[in-house]
Amino acid sequence: MNKTVIGILAAGALLASVPWLGVPAFYESFLYLLCHWMILALSWNILSGYSGYFSFGHGAFFGIGMYTSAGLAANLNWPFLWTLPAAALLAALLGMALGAVVFRVKSVRGELFALLTLAITFVVGTIVLNTRIDGGPGIYLNSVAIPAIGPTASSSIYLMALLGAVATLLISYRIQASRLGMGLFAIHDDEDVAEVMGVPTFRYKLLAFGISCALAGLAGGIHALFVSYVTAGETFTIVVPLTVVLMSVLGGTRHWAGPAVGAVAITCLMYFFTAGNNPIAGKAAVGVILVLVILFMPNGILGYFLKRTAGKRSVPPALAAQAAAAPEAAPAPAASGKVLLDVQNLSKAFKGVQALDGVSLQVHEGEILGLLGPNGSGKSTFINVVSGHFPATGGQMFFEGRQLAGLEAHSIAQAGIARTYQIPRPFAHLTVLQNVALVAMFGGAALNHEQATQEAWKWLEFTGLQDKADALPDDLNLHQRKFLELTRALASRPRLVLLDEVLSGLTPGEINEAIALIRKIRDRGATIVFVEHVMRAVMALADRVAVLNYGKLIAVGPAQEVMQNSEVVSAYLGTPHA
Amino acid sequence: MSFPSFNLLAQSILSGIFIGGLYGLIGLGLGLTWGLLRQINLAHFGLVFLAAYMSYHMATVWHVDPLLTLLILPPLFFLFGVGMQWVLSRFSISPFNSLLVTFGITVVMESVIQAIWTADFRRLETHYNDQKFTIGSLYIPVPELVTLVVAVSLSLLIWAAMRYTDLGKALRAMAEDGPIAAAFGINQKGMSLMLAGICAALAAVAGICLALTFTLTPSQIFAWVGVVFAAVMLGGLGSALGPLVAGIIIGVSEAITMAVAAPSWAPIVSFSLLIVMLLFRPGKL
Repeated sequence: MNKTVIGILAAGALLASVPWLGVPAFYESFLYLLCHWMILALSWNILSGYSGYFSFGHGAFFGIGMYTSAGLAANLNWPFLWTLPAAALLAALLGMALGAVVFRVKSVRGELFALLTLAITFVVGTIVLNTRIDGGPGIYLNSVAIPAIGPTASSSIYLMALLGAVATLLISYRIQASRLGMGLFAIHDDEDVAEVMGVPTFRYKLLAFGISCALAGLAGGIHALFVSYVTAGETFTIVVPLTVVLMSVLGGTRHWAGPAVGAVAITCLMYFFTAGNNPIAGKAAVGVILVLVILFMPNGILGYFLKRTAGKRSVPPALAAQAAAAPEAAPAPAASGKVLLDVQNLSKAFKGVQALDGVSLQVHEGEILGLLGPNGSGKSTFINVVSGHFPATGGQMFFEGRQLAGLEAHSIAQAGIARTYQIPRPFAHLTVLQNVALVAMFGGAALNHEQATQEAWKWLEFTGLQDKADALPDDLNLHQRKFLELTRALASRPRLVLLDEVLSGLTPGEINEAIALIRKIRDRGATIVFVEHVMRAVMALADRVAVLNYGKLIAVGPAQEVMQNSEVVSAYLGTPHA
Repeated sequence: MSFPSFNLLAQSILSGIFIGGLYGLIGLGLGLTWGLLRQINLAHFGLVFLAAYMSYHMATVWHVDPLLTLLILPPLFFLFGVGMQWVLSRFSISPFNSLLVTFGITVVMESVIQAIWTADFRRLETHYNDQKFTIGSLYIPVPELVTLVVAVSLSLLIWAAMRYTDLGKALRAMAEDGPIAAAFGINQKGMSLMLAGICAALAAVAGICLALTFTLTPSQIFAWVGVVFAAVMLGGLGSALGPLVAGIIIGVSEAITMAVAAPSWAPIVSFSLLIVMLLFRPGKL
């Protein structure tokens, strides 16, 4: 167990002793509210903070938990503690059912997701109000026996919430440090790229949503007992989602403890003002604080202070260990002639535009294949379809005999295909090192966290970016960003690398460097397909070239030969009018 | 479920059209800032209620005719909107953060309203309240009719301005690609200040209409958020006529739900429409 886990457990144990210290009951209810909001804000953050899918539907899942517990305990006479797992489960099931639909619609992101989940809250609320779940008058829990955990009823409720808060803190912490957490952060920055780099985005979002909803349901279940009277009008409002968003943003959404900090700050603030003589001024103060925090500390309190104190540099693994384990140079198969990628009759249409029209092409193991063609001929589309960024509209693709067409992008990445983007698309909030390590974790290499970081260092040294390991992508120049794309592609130890115009925009000197690097990559055993307009590089690198024009493959073969082909010449220069 | 008489149904549909007009009127300014400035301005609702209360105050305390406040409040709110945009534009905020910031502003406005006018219900009592006439067996209340006429004419006016004037074209170009529009000589900052001012003035008009037709209480501010958002999104962001059309569709379907099922089922209509729209035609937004 590490220090953080021990710290959380110790703090929990300390707070658990409060009911036996003989403090007035009102402190217990205050502490209860702290724990209550901590569970809600932390659980919201697991999906929304980490992955950037801001949900305004937390009230719905909280409310489902509340009604589950209230209904089971008051109407069906379940023992109260038994209702809590049911509350969590039901909230999670409904959340995941919703997610299974919503997360498939690509354009429902950002503010659209926020509004959709808000709308769900009102729909759920209306259904609860108008059906036998509530029916209008609300549910009283006065007669429900409160489990005797602490010395008094109010302390028992407090202890339940405390337990929930400790569990939620541990879960949040664990997730942030795990693969799931890394994947969610990647989704936050660029979901499409995350998928192409091997992150199973749909599954991760669904999982995070499920955990988030379950914890919200748990908090709701306990809260039903705390308020002892549940009504739809008070439950399914905009108050819960807005408060948890406020707490999380205030505390910092990119840190597991951020929402807890925000929850403590806001709860104390609200309590301080409502307990005072002027609750209206208190409300206004909360509004003003929200405005000031968003404007001046967009990363939240923790984000702000962590940034100021983050001076530490990541240290590369010990040199000796490194020398021993330099990136494994698989024996270069040097154009063995074996077919690695077999594309048959591949088509891709964008509405009316036929970007790829029945392309059949074989890529041999160990070769460098240059993909040429005028602008708009379908070169980038070819890479986008093979990497799974776009689904094919027709045709077959076999990679080492395995059908790729119809696979999701992350499965294609895990099969051993890596790609770069023409315009670099790094994960903006992750450091250069994290960007590379993430691909080593999720791509074909599938390493664990520690191995992935080591692997990332090796490849950063290979491409000469090791000095920038702690920089954010925004601090890099174009040349470095292009090399970061390349490093990311390599870190997954791919067997096939698709390079989309890595050289464009570079100076002649930088191009020479890049050519040398691409040769080195092939010598390490990877097969390369590259799209390029820089003919000098094509001639220097390509074993074979393939030429596309209007989505059709018009020539394949050795570079010198293909460039003499009359159809290729006319595609580039136009046909002479007779 | 009971089937109401034809007359009751017709009266329901009529009242749905009237309330839909108000949804559209409130949504007009909201949709313009969202579509053209990429700001989700929750403070729009705060402004609507502030204007409603000010109009109430002028009419009941100072005995100004509520329709006269239409000449006083919108210019005032225009200035306020320009000021607020001027401050916000000094920070670069994402659409999502704009939602949070303007929520904070709305909470402050709610507190101010509550401090001045208390949380009690307030009703603007004027001679317009009792004026109604009948067409056949249908009652037409005058304040609601005024609201609808104002909503329709303002939406048409803005639509025409966006479509036919150079200013409107410049605004649309700016919404499409701000930096490029700026490179072609469009004063981005000046335009966004003006647009924010216009939207605030529209909020003032909507507020006066709200005061004419509804009982006011500060906590009602957030009750309007969901349904108006639904109207704006169904109608299309940045569209001038869309929110009105969508608002009326929502209003009528709510009214029919109320008449056929029960009033408490009404919220499910607009939100289900919104959910279906988001899931199946997200491209239209």
